[in-house]
Amino acid sequence: MQNFRYIDKVATLSLDQETCIGCGNCVTVCPHRIFGVAERKAEIEDQDACMECGACAKNCPVQAISVNPGVGCAAEIIANWINGFVGRKIMSGCC
Amino acid sequence: MGRPGPESPLLVTANYKLSFDALRFQLDTIDAWLLVADTRGVNVWCAAGKGTFSTEEIIHSVQQSQLQELVSHRTLILPQLGATGVAALEVTKGCGFKVQFGPVRTSDLPTFLRNNNQADEAMRSVTFTLKERAELIPVELYFLLQPLVILFLAGVLLSGIGPTIFSASAAWTRGLHLLSGTLVGIGCGTILLPLILPWLPGRQFWVKGLLPGLAGGIACWGIFSGQITTPEGLALLLWITAVSSYLAMNFTGSTPFTSPTGVEHEMRRGIPIQVAATVIGLLLWVAVPFISQP
Ligand code: SF4
Ligand code: SF4
Repeated sequence: MQNFRYIDKVATLSLDQETCIGCGNCVTVCPHRIFGVAERKAEIEDQDACMECGACAKNCPVQAISVNPGVGCAAEIIANWINGFVGRKIMSGCC
Repeated sequence: MGRPGPESPLLVTANYKLSFDALRFQLDTIDAWLLVADTRGVNVWCAAGKGTFSTEEIIHSVQQSQLQELVSHRTLILPQLGATGVAALEVTKGCGFKVQFGPVRTSDLPTFLRNNNQADEAMRSVTFTLKERAELIPVELYFLLQPLVILFLAGVLLSGIGPTIFSASAAWTRGLHLLSGTLVGIGCGTILLPLILPWLPGRQFWVKGLLPGLAGGIACWGIFSGQITTPEGLALLLWITAVSSYLAMNFTGSTPFTSPTGVEHEMRRGIPIQVAATVIGLLLWVAVPFISQP
Protein backbone atom coordinates (compact mmCIF):
# COMPACT_ATOMS: atom_id res chain seq x y z
CA MET A 1 0.00 0.00 0.00
CA GLN A 2 3.05 2.22 0.20
CA ASN A 3 2.50 3.65 -3.28
CA PHE A 4 -1.05 4.70 -2.48
CA ARG A 5 -1.36 7.59 -0.07
CA TYR A 6 -4.54 9.53 0.40
CA ILE A 7 -5.08 13.01 1.80
CA ASP A 8 -3.07 13.74 4.98
CA LYS A 9 -4.41 15.09 8.25
CA VAL A 10 -8.10 14.38 7.72
CA ALA A 11 -8.69 10.96 9.31
CA THR A 12 -10.85 11.11 12.45
CA LEU A 13 -9.00 8.27 14.19
CA SER A 14 -7.96 8.74 17.81
CA LEU A 15 -6.73 6.44 20.54
CA ASP A 16 -7.03 6.82 24.28
CA GLN A 17 -3.94 5.13 25.68
CA GLU A 18 -5.17 5.48 29.27
CA THR A 19 -8.09 3.14 28.55
CA CYS A 20 -6.19 0.71 26.31
CA ILE A 21 -5.40 -2.68 27.81
CA GLY A 22 -2.98 -3.75 25.08
CA CYS A 23 -4.98 -6.72 23.83
CA GLY A 24 -3.82 -6.22 20.25
CA ASN A 25 -7.19 -6.66 18.54
CA CYS A 26 -6.78 -3.40 16.69
CA VAL A 27 -3.40 -4.53 15.38
CA THR A 28 -5.01 -7.68 13.98
CA VAL A 29 -8.02 -6.23 12.23
CA CYS A 30 -6.65 -3.07 10.65
CA PRO A 31 -6.26 -3.55 6.88
CA HIS A 32 -3.70 -0.73 6.76
CA ARG A 33 -1.53 -1.82 9.68
CA ILE A 34 -2.02 1.45 11.53
CA PHE A 35 -1.42 0.13 15.04
CA GLY A 36 1.38 -1.39 17.03
CA VAL A 37 1.45 -2.50 20.65
CA ALA A 38 4.43 -1.67 22.83
CA GLU A 39 4.60 -2.14 26.59
CA ARG A 40 0.97 -3.22 26.79
CA LYS A 41 -0.31 -0.08 25.12
CA ALA A 42 -1.43 0.36 21.55
CA GLU A 43 -0.06 3.25 19.51
CA ILE A 44 -1.02 4.79 16.21
CA GLU A 45 1.92 4.39 13.88
CA ASP A 46 0.55 5.85 10.69
CA GLN A 47 -2.49 8.03 11.28
CA ASP A 48 -2.71 9.32 7.70
CA ALA A 49 -3.07 5.86 6.16
CA CYS A 50 -6.33 5.24 8.05
CA MET A 51 -9.35 4.78 5.79
CA GLU A 52 -11.89 5.07 8.63
CA CYS A 53 -13.33 1.61 8.12
CA GLY A 54 -14.06 1.33 11.84
CA ALA A 55 -12.83 -2.25 12.29
CA CYS A 56 -10.44 -1.31 15.11
CA ALA A 57 -13.01 0.61 17.15
CA LYS A 58 -15.58 -2.14 16.64
CA ASN A 59 -13.20 -4.79 17.97
CA CYS A 60 -11.66 -2.91 20.88
CA PRO A 61 -12.96 -4.48 24.09
CA VAL A 62 -12.64 -1.27 26.10
CA GLN A 63 -13.68 1.39 23.57
CA ALA A 64 -10.28 3.03 23.61
CA ILE A 65 -10.45 3.91 19.92
CA SER A 66 -12.70 6.46 18.37
CA VAL A 67 -13.18 6.91 14.66
CA ASN A 68 -16.02 8.25 12.59
CA PRO A 69 -16.58 5.20 10.40
CA GLY A 70 -18.01 5.01 6.93
CA VAL A 71 -17.24 4.09 3.36
CA GLY A 72 -14.96 6.46 1.47
CA CYS A 73 -17.03 6.68 -1.65
CA ALA A 74 -18.22 9.75 -3.53
CA ALA A 75 -21.59 8.28 -4.54
CA GLU A 76 -22.29 7.50 -0.89
CA ILE A 77 -21.45 11.04 0.18
CA ILE A 78 -23.58 12.61 -2.55
CA ALA A 79 -26.45 10.39 -1.43
CA ASN A 80 -25.92 11.50 2.17
CA TRP A 81 -25.91 15.15 1.15
CA ILE A 82 -29.12 14.79 -0.80
CA ASN A 83 -30.84 12.70 1.88
CA GLY A 84 -29.79 15.24 4.50
CA PHE A 85 -31.09 18.07 2.34
CA VAL A 86 -34.57 16.63 1.74
CA GLY A 87 -34.71 15.16 5.24
CA ARG A 88 -35.39 11.54 4.29
CA LYS A 89 -33.70 8.68 2.51
CA ILE A 90 -34.27 8.95 -1.22
CA MET A 91 -30.87 7.79 -2.47
CA SER A 92 -28.90 4.75 -1.42
CA GLY A 93 -25.35 5.52 -2.64
CA CYS A 94 -22.92 2.76 -3.47
CA CYS A 95 -22.79 -1.04 -2.95
CA MET B 1 -16.07 -28.48 1.10
CA GLY B 2 -13.90 -31.57 0.82
CA ARG B 3 -14.70 -34.09 3.54
CA PRO B 4 -14.89 -32.07 6.72
CA GLY B 5 -14.87 -33.81 10.08
CA PRO B 6 -15.60 -32.50 13.56
CA GLU B 7 -12.08 -31.08 13.78
CA SER B 8 -12.15 -29.22 10.48
CA PRO B 9 -11.95 -25.42 10.46
CA LEU B 10 -15.10 -23.37 10.11
CA LEU B 11 -14.89 -20.60 7.56
CA VAL B 12 -17.43 -17.81 7.32
CA THR B 13 -18.16 -15.87 4.15
CA ALA B 14 -20.81 -13.70 2.57
CA ASN B 15 -23.26 -14.97 0.00
CA TYR B 16 -21.73 -12.73 -2.64
CA LYS B 17 -21.08 -14.92 -5.64
CA LEU B 18 -17.45 -13.91 -6.12
CA SER B 19 -16.50 -14.34 -2.45
CA PHE B 20 -18.15 -17.70 -2.35
CA ASP B 21 -16.62 -18.97 -5.59
CA ALA B 22 -13.20 -17.65 -4.63
CA LEU B 23 -13.38 -19.59 -1.42
CA ARG B 24 -14.52 -22.77 -3.11
CA PHE B 25 -11.79 -22.47 -5.69
CA GLN B 26 -9.01 -21.83 -3.17
CA LEU B 27 -10.08 -24.55 -0.86
CA ASP B 28 -10.68 -27.51 -3.08
CA THR B 29 -7.68 -29.18 -1.48
CA ILE B 30 -8.74 -28.51 2.09
CA ASP B 31 -11.42 -30.02 4.27
CA ALA B 32 -13.43 -27.29 5.90
CA TRP B 33 -16.90 -26.26 6.90
CA LEU B 34 -18.33 -23.23 5.26
CA LEU B 35 -20.84 -20.97 6.94
CA VAL B 36 -22.47 -18.59 4.50
CA ALA B 37 -23.93 -15.45 6.06
CA ASP B 38 -26.87 -13.93 4.24
CA THR B 39 -25.68 -10.55 3.02
CA ARG B 40 -28.19 -10.36 0.18
CA GLY B 41 -25.59 -10.99 -2.47
CA VAL B 42 -23.20 -8.25 -1.40
CA ASN B 43 -19.46 -8.84 -0.83
CA VAL B 44 -17.93 -9.01 2.62
CA TRP B 45 -16.40 -5.57 2.72
CA CYS B 46 -19.40 -3.67 1.44
CA ALA B 47 -21.71 -5.78 3.55
CA ALA B 48 -19.63 -5.17 6.67
CA GLY B 49 -19.65 -1.43 5.99
CA LYS B 50 -23.40 -1.47 5.40
CA GLY B 51 -24.22 -3.56 8.42
CA THR B 52 -25.43 -6.78 6.75
CA PHE B 53 -22.26 -8.77 7.52
CA SER B 54 -22.73 -7.98 11.19
CA THR B 55 -22.36 -9.40 14.66
CA GLU B 56 -26.07 -10.22 14.74
CA GLU B 57 -26.05 -11.88 11.31
CA ILE B 58 -23.15 -14.15 12.30
CA ILE B 59 -24.79 -15.16 15.59
CA HIS B 60 -28.03 -15.80 13.76
CA SER B 61 -26.37 -17.98 11.10
CA VAL B 62 -24.49 -19.97 13.72
CA GLN B 63 -27.64 -20.67 15.66
CA GLN B 64 -29.64 -21.60 12.57
CA SER B 65 -27.08 -24.01 11.23
CA GLN B 66 -26.69 -26.00 14.48
CA LEU B 67 -22.94 -25.88 14.14
CA GLN B 68 -22.47 -27.10 17.69
CA GLU B 69 -23.42 -30.58 16.54
CA LEU B 70 -21.16 -30.62 13.50
CA VAL B 71 -17.87 -29.60 15.03
CA SER B 72 -16.06 -30.33 18.25
CA HIS B 73 -14.19 -27.01 18.39
CA ARG B 74 -15.62 -23.56 18.94
CA THR B 75 -13.74 -21.31 16.52
CA LEU B 76 -15.03 -19.38 13.54
CA ILE B 77 -12.66 -17.98 10.96
CA LEU B 78 -13.89 -14.76 9.42
CA PRO B 79 -12.38 -12.76 6.59
CA GLN B 80 -10.39 -9.92 8.12
CA LEU B 81 -12.30 -7.29 6.19
CA GLY B 82 -15.46 -8.47 7.92
CA ALA B 83 -14.07 -6.92 11.12
CA THR B 84 -15.54 -3.61 10.02
CA GLY B 85 -18.99 -4.93 10.82
CA VAL B 86 -18.32 -7.71 13.31
CA ALA B 87 -17.32 -7.30 16.93
CA ALA B 88 -15.51 -10.55 17.70
CA LEU B 89 -16.14 -10.51 21.44
CA GLU B 90 -19.86 -9.99 21.02
CA VAL B 91 -20.14 -12.96 18.68
CA THR B 92 -18.56 -15.08 21.39
CA LYS B 93 -21.02 -13.71 23.92
CA GLY B 94 -23.91 -14.31 21.57
CA CYS B 95 -23.25 -17.85 20.38
CA GLY B 96 -20.27 -19.25 22.25
CA PHE B 97 -17.98 -19.42 19.24
CA LYS B 98 -14.61 -17.68 19.32
CA VAL B 99 -13.86 -15.48 16.33
CA GLN B 100 -10.52 -15.44 14.58
CA PHE B 101 -9.90 -13.06 11.76
CA GLY B 102 -8.26 -14.78 8.82
CA PRO B 103 -6.28 -13.10 6.04
CA VAL B 104 -7.64 -10.32 3.84
CA ARG B 105 -7.38 -12.36 0.64
CA THR B 106 -8.97 -15.76 0.22
CA SER B 107 -5.91 -16.94 -1.71
CA ASP B 108 -3.88 -16.76 1.52
CA LEU B 109 -6.29 -19.02 3.40
CA PRO B 110 -4.54 -22.34 2.74
CA THR B 111 -1.25 -20.89 4.03
CA PHE B 112 -3.05 -19.38 6.99
CA LEU B 113 -4.59 -22.72 7.91
CA ARG B 114 -1.32 -24.57 7.43
CA ASN B 115 0.51 -22.12 9.70
CA ASN B 116 -1.75 -22.81 12.63
CA ASN B 117 -4.04 -19.88 11.86
CA GLN B 118 -1.27 -17.32 11.81
CA ALA B 119 -1.40 -14.48 9.31
CA ASP B 120 1.69 -12.43 8.58
CA GLU B 121 1.74 -8.69 7.96
CA ALA B 122 1.37 -9.04 4.20
CA MET B 123 -1.69 -11.26 4.56
CA ARG B 124 -3.26 -8.69 6.85
CA SER B 125 -2.76 -5.69 4.58
CA VAL B 126 -5.03 -4.75 1.73
CA THR B 127 -3.44 -4.28 -1.66
CA PHE B 128 -4.53 -2.54 -4.82
CA THR B 129 -2.52 -4.13 -7.59
CA LEU B 130 -2.80 -3.47 -11.30
CA LYS B 131 -4.82 -6.66 -11.67
CA GLU B 132 -7.19 -5.72 -8.85
CA ARG B 133 -7.66 -2.27 -10.38
CA ALA B 134 -8.23 -3.66 -13.88
CA GLU B 135 -10.91 -6.02 -12.62
CA LEU B 136 -12.92 -3.05 -11.39
CA ILE B 137 -13.16 -1.42 -14.82
CA PRO B 138 -16.08 -3.47 -16.25
CA VAL B 139 -18.06 -2.92 -13.05
CA GLU B 140 -17.51 0.82 -13.21
CA LEU B 141 -18.43 0.92 -16.90
CA TYR B 142 -21.60 -1.02 -16.30
CA PHE B 143 -22.85 1.62 -13.87
CA LEU B 144 -22.33 4.29 -16.52
CA LEU B 145 -24.59 2.79 -19.20
CA GLN B 146 -27.75 4.44 -18.00
CA PRO B 147 -26.30 7.93 -17.46
CA LEU B 148 -24.67 7.60 -20.88
CA VAL B 149 -28.03 7.22 -22.65
CA ILE B 150 -29.34 10.33 -20.91
CA LEU B 151 -26.16 12.26 -21.70
CA PHE B 152 -26.40 11.20 -25.34
CA LEU B 153 -29.98 12.44 -25.73
CA ALA B 154 -29.16 15.69 -23.94
CA GLY B 155 -26.07 16.07 -26.12
CA VAL B 156 -28.06 15.69 -29.34
CA LEU B 157 -30.60 18.25 -28.17
CA LEU B 158 -27.91 20.75 -27.17
CA SER B 159 -26.05 20.25 -30.43
CA GLY B 160 -29.13 20.91 -32.55
CA ILE B 161 -29.85 24.31 -31.07
CA GLY B 162 -28.88 27.07 -33.51
CA PRO B 163 -30.02 30.20 -35.33
CA THR B 164 -32.69 28.17 -37.13
CA ILE B 165 -34.00 27.16 -33.69
CA PHE B 166 -33.27 23.50 -34.24
CA SER B 167 -31.27 21.83 -36.96
CA ALA B 168 -31.54 18.08 -37.32
CA SER B 169 -28.33 17.77 -39.33
CA ALA B 170 -26.40 19.78 -36.75
CA ALA B 171 -27.95 17.70 -34.01
CA TRP B 172 -26.60 14.63 -35.73
CA THR B 173 -23.06 15.68 -36.66
CA ARG B 174 -22.37 17.83 -33.61
CA GLY B 175 -24.20 15.38 -31.38
CA LEU B 176 -21.79 12.69 -32.53
CA HIS B 177 -18.80 14.90 -31.76
CA LEU B 178 -20.13 15.54 -28.29
CA LEU B 179 -20.87 11.86 -27.78
CA SER B 180 -17.33 10.95 -28.84
CA GLY B 181 -16.06 13.53 -26.37
CA THR B 182 -18.18 12.01 -23.61
CA LEU B 183 -16.88 8.54 -24.44
CA VAL B 184 -13.30 9.81 -24.39
CA GLY B 185 -13.97 11.37 -20.97
CA ILE B 186 -15.37 8.09 -19.69
CA GLY B 187 -12.43 6.20 -21.14
CA CYS B 188 -10.03 8.55 -19.35
CA GLY B 189 -11.80 8.52 -16.00
CA THR B 190 -12.88 4.90 -15.86
CA ILE B 191 -10.39 2.89 -17.89
CA LEU B 192 -7.14 4.87 -18.05
CA LEU B 193 -7.26 6.28 -14.52
CA PRO B 194 -7.46 3.01 -12.58
CA LEU B 195 -4.63 1.55 -14.64
CA ILE B 196 -2.18 4.40 -14.14
CA LEU B 197 -3.45 5.46 -10.70
CA PRO B 198 -0.20 5.16 -8.73
CA TRP B 199 1.70 7.30 -11.21
CA LEU B 200 -0.78 10.17 -11.46
CA PRO B 201 0.19 13.33 -9.58
CA GLY B 202 -1.94 14.52 -6.67
CA ARG B 203 -3.49 12.82 -3.66
CA GLN B 204 -7.02 13.93 -4.32
CA PHE B 205 -8.80 11.91 -6.97
CA TRP B 206 -10.44 14.82 -8.74
CA VAL B 207 -6.93 16.18 -9.29
CA LYS B 208 -5.69 12.79 -10.50
CA GLY B 209 -8.54 12.79 -13.04
CA LEU B 210 -7.52 16.13 -14.58
CA LEU B 211 -4.40 14.93 -16.37
CA PRO B 212 -5.95 11.99 -18.28
CA GLY B 213 -8.90 14.27 -19.06
CA LEU B 214 -6.71 17.02 -20.49
CA ALA B 215 -4.73 14.50 -22.55
CA GLY B 216 -7.94 12.89 -23.83
CA GLY B 217 -9.42 16.30 -24.62
CA ILE B 218 -6.42 17.41 -26.61
CA ALA B 219 -6.35 14.09 -28.49
CA CYS B 220 -10.05 14.40 -29.27
CA TRP B 221 -9.58 17.99 -30.47
CA GLY B 222 -6.74 16.82 -32.69
CA ILE B 223 -8.75 14.02 -34.28
CA PHE B 224 -11.69 16.29 -35.09
CA SER B 225 -9.51 19.28 -36.00
CA GLY B 226 -10.79 19.52 -39.57
CA GLN B 227 -14.43 19.31 -38.55
CA ILE B 228 -14.81 21.50 -35.50
CA THR B 229 -14.03 25.12 -34.71
CA THR B 230 -11.63 26.29 -32.02
CA PRO B 231 -14.37 27.18 -29.51
CA GLU B 232 -15.89 23.75 -30.08
CA GLY B 233 -12.53 22.11 -29.46
CA LEU B 234 -12.14 24.10 -26.28
CA ALA B 235 -15.66 23.16 -25.21
CA LEU B 236 -14.89 19.47 -25.76
CA LEU B 237 -11.64 19.81 -23.83
CA LEU B 238 -13.41 21.35 -20.84
CA TRP B 239 -16.20 18.78 -20.93
CA ILE B 240 -13.87 15.79 -21.21
CA THR B 241 -11.70 17.05 -18.36
CA ALA B 242 -14.75 17.59 -16.15
CA VAL B 243 -16.09 14.10 -16.92
CA SER B 244 -12.73 12.48 -16.26
CA SER B 245 -12.23 14.38 -13.00
CA TYR B 246 -15.74 13.53 -11.78
CA LEU B 247 -15.37 9.83 -12.61
CA ALA B 248 -11.97 9.78 -10.93
CA MET B 249 -13.60 11.15 -7.81
CA ASN B 250 -16.27 8.48 -8.08
CA PHE B 251 -13.56 5.83 -8.25
CA THR B 252 -12.80 6.53 -4.57
CA GLY B 253 -15.69 4.18 -3.79
CA SER B 254 -13.78 1.27 -5.31
CA THR B 255 -10.42 1.83 -3.70
CA PRO B 256 -9.42 0.26 -0.40
CA PHE B 257 -7.61 3.28 1.03
CA THR B 258 -9.84 6.38 0.81
CA SER B 259 -11.41 7.63 4.02
CA PRO B 260 -14.91 9.14 4.02
CA THR B 261 -13.64 12.33 5.66
CA GLY B 262 -11.03 12.61 2.92
CA VAL B 263 -13.52 12.00 0.13
CA GLU B 264 -15.86 14.64 1.46
CA HIS B 265 -12.91 17.00 1.82
CA GLU B 266 -11.93 16.59 -1.82
CA MET B 267 -15.50 16.72 -3.10
CA ARG B 268 -15.95 20.17 -1.58
CA ARG B 269 -13.01 21.31 -3.70
CA GLY B 270 -13.47 19.22 -6.83
CA ILE B 271 -17.18 19.57 -7.53
CA PRO B 272 -17.25 23.37 -7.95
CA ILE B 273 -14.44 23.13 -10.49
CA GLN B 274 -16.08 20.25 -12.37
CA VAL B 275 -19.39 22.13 -12.48
CA ALA B 276 -17.68 25.31 -13.68
CA ALA B 277 -15.82 23.46 -16.44
CA THR B 278 -19.02 21.71 -17.53
CA VAL B 279 -21.10 24.90 -17.62
CA ILE B 280 -18.48 26.90 -19.51
CA GLY B 281 -17.89 24.01 -21.91
CA LEU B 282 -21.56 23.46 -22.68
CA LEU B 283 -22.31 27.19 -23.00
CA LEU B 284 -19.48 27.45 -25.53
CA TRP B 285 -20.85 24.42 -27.37
CA VAL B 286 -24.34 25.90 -27.63
CA ALA B 287 -23.03 29.37 -28.50
CA VAL B 288 -20.87 28.26 -31.44
CA PRO B 289 -23.62 28.07 -34.11
CA PHE B 290 -24.66 31.62 -33.22
CA ILE B 291 -21.20 33.15 -33.40
CA SER B 292 -19.82 31.29 -36.39
CA GLN B 293 -22.81 32.03 -38.67
CA PRO B 294 -22.46 35.17 -40.81
S1 SF4 C 1 -10.48 2.70 11.02
FE1 SF4 C 1 -9.81 0.95 9.80
S2 SF4 C 1 -8.03 1.73 8.67
FE2 SF4 C 1 -8.39 3.16 10.34
S3 SF4 C 1 -7.08 2.44 11.97
FE3 SF4 C 1 -9.10 1.50 12.31
S4 SF4 C 1 -8.98 -0.46 11.29
FE4 SF4 C 1 -7.26 0.75 10.53
S1 SF4 D 1 -8.07 -3.09 20.71
FE1 SF4 D 1 -8.30 -1.44 22.23
S2 SF4 D 1 -7.52 -2.30 24.13
FE2 SF4 D 1 -6.85 -3.67 22.49
S3 SF4 D 1 -4.79 -2.92 22.01
FE3 SF4 D 1 -6.19 -1.89 20.60
S4 SF4 D 1 -6.74 0.02 21.65
FE4 SF4 D 1 -5.81 -1.29 23.18
